[in-house]
Amino acid sequence: MQRSLTIDPEKCTGCLQCEMACSFENEGNFNPAKSRIKVFTFHEEGRFVPYTCTQCDEAWCMQACPVDAIKMNFTTGAMEVNEQTCVGCKVCTIACPFGTVNYNVDTGKVVKCDLCGGDPACATACPTQAITYVDASATGLDKMRAWASKTDNAQATT
Amino acid sequence: MTWTKKVLRVNLTEGSVNEEPLNMDWAAEYIGQRGLATRYMVAETDPDCDALGPDNKLIFATGPLTGTAVSTAGRYSVITKSPLTGAIACSNSGGFLGAELKSAGWDMIIFEGKSPSPVMLNIINENAELVPADDLWGKSVWETDKLIHEKSGDPQTRVAAVGRSAEAGCLYSAIINDLHRAAGRSGVGTVMASKNLKAVAVRGTRGVGNIKDPARFMKSVAEEKQVLAENAVTGQGLPALGTQVLMNVINEIGALPAKNMQLSQFEGAHNISGEAMLEPRKSDGKPNLTTNAACFGCTIACGRISTVDRTHFSIENKPEYWGNSGGLEYEAAWAMGADTGVDDLDAVTYVNFVCNEDGMDPISFGATVAAAMELYEKGVITKEQTDGVELKFGSAEALVWCAERVATGEGFGADLGLGSKRLCEKYGHPELSMTVKGQEFPAYDPRGIQGMGLTYATSNRGACHLRSYTVASEVLGIPEKTDPAVTEGKAGLVKAFQDATAAVDSMGLCVFTTFAWTLDNMAPQMDAACEGDWTVDRLVEAGERIWNLERDYNIKAGLSGADDNLPERLLKEASKAAPTEGQVCNLDQMLPEYYQLRGWTADGQVTDEVRQKFSLPG
Repeated sequence: MQRSLTIDPEKCTGCLQCEMACSFENEGNFNPAKSRIKVFTFHEEGRFVPYTCTQCDEAWCMQACPVDAIKMNFTTGAMEVNEQTCVGCKVCTIACPFGTVNYNVDTGKVVKCDLCGGDPACATACPTQAITYVDASATGLDKMRAWASKTDNAQATT
Repeated sequence: MTWTKKVLRVNLTEGSVNEEPLNMDWAAEYIGQRGLATRYMVAETDPDCDALGPDNKLIFATGPLTGTAVSTAGRYSVITKSPLTGAIACSNSGGFLGAELKSAGWDMIIFEGKSPSPVMLNIINENAELVPADDLWGKSVWETDKLIHEKSGDPQTRVAAVGRSAEAGCLYSAIINDLHRAAGRSGVGTVMASKNLKAVAVRGTRGVGNIKDPARFMKSVAEEKQVLAENAVTGQGLPALGTQVLMNVINEIGALPAKNMQLSQFEGAHNISGEAMLEPRKSDGKPNLTTNAACFGCTIACGRISTVDRTHFSIENKPEYWGNSGGLEYEAAWAMGADTGVDDLDAVTYVNFVCNEDGMDPISFGATVAAAMELYEKGVITKEQTDGVELKFGSAEALVWCAERVATGEGFGADLGLGSKRLCEKYGHPELSMTVKGQEFPAYDPRGIQGMGLTYATSNRGACHLRSYTVASEVLGIPEKTDPAVTEGKAGLVKAFQDATAAVDSMGLCVFTTFAWTLDNMAPQMDAACEGDWTVDRLVEAGERIWNLERDYNIKAGLSGADDNLPERLLKEASKAAPTEGQVCNLDQMLPEYYQLRGWTADGQVTDEVRQKFSLPG
């Protein structure tokens, strides 16, 4: 079963545990500045929105890479950057419509979410299940369930 | 590690900025943050100095766990001598600035001297510089934050600033970071403004690392996060209702002070409670509370993000207040609500916004307004002082008027900015000031909760609930239930809470974890992260050392056992609330035993034996 990261901003409190988990997993220290998942705060609206790569099937980053450094991991479905091959040209960062591929000035390579090889640290660290790692073919199940309960007229009459 | 082992020393008189190594011998004894910064204060300042003069220092300090993944570990404290109390001040704040400072590579910043003109400190990792801030002087915290962000162009820059109240000399001005988190109490913002230091802006991208045993650390962090999630208070009550979960609880047991602590219950408590914040309002069907919010790394998320009703008189013509901002916490809602007799949720929320916007401690502000209202009702303060405003208990209009005056220091706002003690003295009624060591009480009536009476009386920073939160035991049964009406055993309870809390603060953690955690849950995380062996016993010992060091500072600053006292009202005027009727606070039954347990003299002096035991500095 292939799984996807699913994000529910309604549940996010902006605690940045995901950013710490991501940077610790990938960079070895707690450093939100180096996290591949980012939580955006919309202060006036009172909203917190985590955002990261959604692992497009026909990924713009993969197609744009001139040295084929970005390849799909067929087990996890993640588009992974091969650091040995990456030349740091940053074309993928331009190609990605979502901004989720970024350049790391310390290594001269690009970095993006690779689903931690199938066990994403952000989802494990999230205290509110705002970030979950679920069956890729059923990411809408929770939303469907929530709406289903609202459309269940029988419930209102009991 | 995970101290960065670097201190940033900023001499405001000379305009110099220098790096120096952290004193790791002291860190081994005083941990970090509150404890360690107090050790620096003792070494570098005369406790007798003028709090608002150039000889006082102002320290922003993180703890060794600040910036790590331990739940709630994003905190910093501001340590200085308080202009409100004359005692050591240590005001703890959440938000994101503390972790950012650590990630920039600094354990603490020591500000000394006084700048000849307004300045701000800009920190981007190892680069720190003082820059002129004439353009920011006279601006609110919120305007200052906006202007700094416009200049830096980096939305991730974290800003701490003082508002116009501090510039005007209000003695309980706070330092506000991240728009609505506060190093709130004891006037630390007033000290910052007295040094012509308007703001500190920090961007840190180095990360916090050097974990001693990463695998053990991450395992321990995950386990302890689970403990917080499964606890009824930290896993359910606080996320759902915030600290406002307490308003109805404390009112029902007859320990919610009201109307300048004349009463021990407030008839309008429900209207300003956490539950009321969830009720849809008539005008737009939306509740006061938009969402809960977390500080850095916190898996509890008790923070409130709220709006004020747009049709409310306070903001109907002020669209700049129509968005979301930091909502009411219990102490603020109590001080500006129950203590002033105001049960208008929108008015209290708006006034909370004003406190954040211009950097006032909402507890001291609310309690000072309450004292002013009692003086008004007694005819001592008249409409002459209040420009015709009826300063009556229960008047939301009066509360709003007061907040807007203190924010800028204009007119009667200057009197209110003195704090309750000096205000009541000025108008000839010192007995109406509900303060200890000059600092206003928070939201628990010591007539109904005896341990809190001893807590307030002996707190090293004046009346404060966060130095030993015995409410946990006496009301909530954590870690075990004690009878709030009984004084027996409270001396030991208060001492144990005081010592443990000093350790919690000094590690860089939030005291709210202690609803679920004890030091047994913290020591393994501390030990896996930091060099040295950190056991529960060592943390308790460090906590007691810190408590004694603070006490010693205060004694040298001229305070004595006589200052470990409560206003007569709480000792002699019995509660009229049914659950606690007839009770007063029996401080005299607890204080001598407390001194004895501390190993102090009968008049509250730290003895040579205690000094030697904890190797306190001369």
